[in-house]
Amino acid sequence: MAEGTLGNSNSVQVAKKTSKLAIVSKFRELGLLAFIILLCVAVQARNPSFLTMENINDMITNTAILSILALGMMLVLITRGIDLSIGATLALSGMIAAQTVSANQGLHPILAILLGTIIGIVCGIVIGFLVSKFGILPIIATLAMMNIFRGLTFTVSDGQWISSYQMPESFVSIATSKILGINTLIVIAVVIYLIAFYFINHTRTGRQIYAVGSNPDSAKVSGISQTKILMLVYTIMGGLAGLSGVLWVSKFASAQGDTASGYELTVIAACILGGVSIAGGSGKLSGVILGSLLLGLLNNALPLLNVSPFWQMAIQGSIILIAVIINTLVKRGVVRNNLLRRKI
Amino acid sequence: MEQRVVNQNEYVQRTLTNKQEFSLKKFFLQWEWLLILVFLLVLAINTHLSPYFLNGAGLRDATMIFLDKAFIVFPMVMIMILRDIDISVGSTVALSSVVMATLYNNLGVPMEAAIIICLLVGALCGLINGLLIIKFKELSAVIVTLGTMILYRGLAYVILEDQASGNFPEWFSFFGWGHVAGIPFILLVFVLFAIGFTLLLHKTTFGRQIFAMGNNPTASRFSGVQVDKIKIIVFVLAGLMAAITAIFLASRMGSTRPNIATNYELDVIAMVALGGISTAGGKGRMLGAIIAIFIIGYLQYGLGLINIASQTMLVIIGILLIVSVVIPKLNLKGIFSRFVKKRNTN
Repeated sequence: MAEGTLGNSNSVQVAKKTSKLAIVSKFRELGLLAFIILLCVAVQARNPSFLTMENINDMITNTAILSILALGMMLVLITRGIDLSIGATLALSGMIAAQTVSANQGLHPILAILLGTIIGIVCGIVIGFLVSKFGILPIIATLAMMNIFRGLTFTVSDGQWISSYQMPESFVSIATSKILGINTLIVIAVVIYLIAFYFINHTRTGRQIYAVGSNPDSAKVSGISQTKILMLVYTIMGGLAGLSGVLWVSKFASAQGDTASGYELTVIAACILGGVSIAGGSGKLSGVILGSLLLGLLNNALPLLNVSPFWQMAIQGSIILIAVIINTLVKRGVVRNNLLRRKI
Repeated sequence: MEQRVVNQNEYVQRTLTNKQEFSLKKFFLQWEWLLILVFLLVLAINTHLSPYFLNGAGLRDATMIFLDKAFIVFPMVMIMILRDIDISVGSTVALSSVVMATLYNNLGVPMEAAIIICLLVGALCGLINGLLIIKFKELSAVIVTLGTMILYRGLAYVILEDQASGNFPEWFSFFGWGHVAGIPFILLVFVLFAIGFTLLLHKTTFGRQIFAMGNNPTASRFSGVQVDKIKIIVFVLAGLMAAITAIFLASRMGSTRPNIATNYELDVIAMVALGGISTAGGKGRMLGAIIAIFIIGYLQYGLGLINIASQTMLVIIGILLIVSVVIPKLNLKGIFSRFVKKRNTN
């Protein structure tokens, strides 16, 4: 952090004109939306089956799980952390939930969802404990826990898959059923976002998350318990990952040891695209939704454009890097303008 | 007030005895001794569990198998001392080995040239990491190397899709399986690099500057340390060593795929953390990391002998990583001195 401020103070003397990049920061969400619409039009021009009702519905359903996870990741990133373990948490909770329902066919799907969420919460508490009590770097703690959870998934499943015929109809239909004509996954995502909107913007604890992220020292001086906030953030992330695990298994109707491996990177990419700062302290729900939508759109559009699936990973990596660099340049522009204003 | 005087006295004493006295107690309280104890414990448990463990040829072959990733440990020690981290090394291994195999098999480039290009690709990957990190100081190394980790692995998939590429010339297998005077070639190379990197880190200006940067980046920059240059050199070294790993790995396996060396970053970071290199930067010794390489390597070999699944191994390495990061935070000295005091009063 010290180096960052150093670099900025150096650039003040050089800067004489206002940065135009700063304008982007005001219209980031609008710009992202415009980009999404442009992309839709471009893809539609190449392949007319893109903007059919069916495909759009499919796309949003696919994005629902990603957006749920991105919400939790946003909270973690706001506190200057990172969570690489969510793919493994998702797999573990999905696997245990699938095993439970295949053993007890009569189990109500809501109980399965609850079970998965609780497993996720336990995983999250472990990480939160390591990060907040022992002060382990989030990247190292979650890298280790990622492998522990992944290994546990294989141990629990004994390397076996659970496929759709072993699961009861009621469980698989979580992802296919509709509430008021809208797919259940979308309804769940919307409900979670509404709760999160209230929690983040209108409760004291929600605002404290931002406080801890933007300036840990002054947050501590103002009497905010950093331990509590970190614990809370990683627990929420774990809970959402656990919930997503059940939804994932129900949607794809199979639970495997390597379910969603590497998915954490997609989630982080969605957050970064949505303008969540890796340095902590800033991030908006609207940005995260648009970021997840854009990624979901790309995943859906690339096969329609006949792009080889082997290109997807490289494209994703470039997107992350480019988005991160643009975020940094925009932030530099904002800081430079603010400093200029102060000079006059 | 009294407390303050005592502190002052202590301060005076500390400044007066500029040269540290040799203390036997301090010497034996070093992290490295603990590591050697753990290493002996691993050997003992392994020997107890499997009668096949203590077997010269077996141990020698095991060394050949786990030493490939050990090359990345050296630069990773430097990176972690700089308070950074590089999680793209596994992908760099994959990309450079895939480029090497494709050049040789599909484009007819001679193997010698392909190996040199492989090293260049690794160095280039490291250079990109380093440049991004110094040009965008607001970004942490975590996010930069996360992005390049996906990008490099993705490029490997673009080049080779999901195929394997092998058919290397006969002499190429010497890297992975060859012996020189009964000693595995890879072990010789490892020892050379170990000596080289230990001297580089502990006996040169460059090494001291790395420690200075890890302790206080701002202060070292103001004292004339070329912060950016050192960072780039260290990340290029990481890429280069990843490429060397790629050569040994491809030679040992006889072929390469885009998904080789996944999870290498976990193993390497676990080795470095177990070696006593502080994740907060500025502290650590090469020797500790070298002992840690052998602890984790023989642990994996021994567990493999008693048929422990590779997934369970992931759990064990993960737990080991967490334990080795937690122990230094537990204030062992405080617990130890309290224990000694209690004994004295009794």
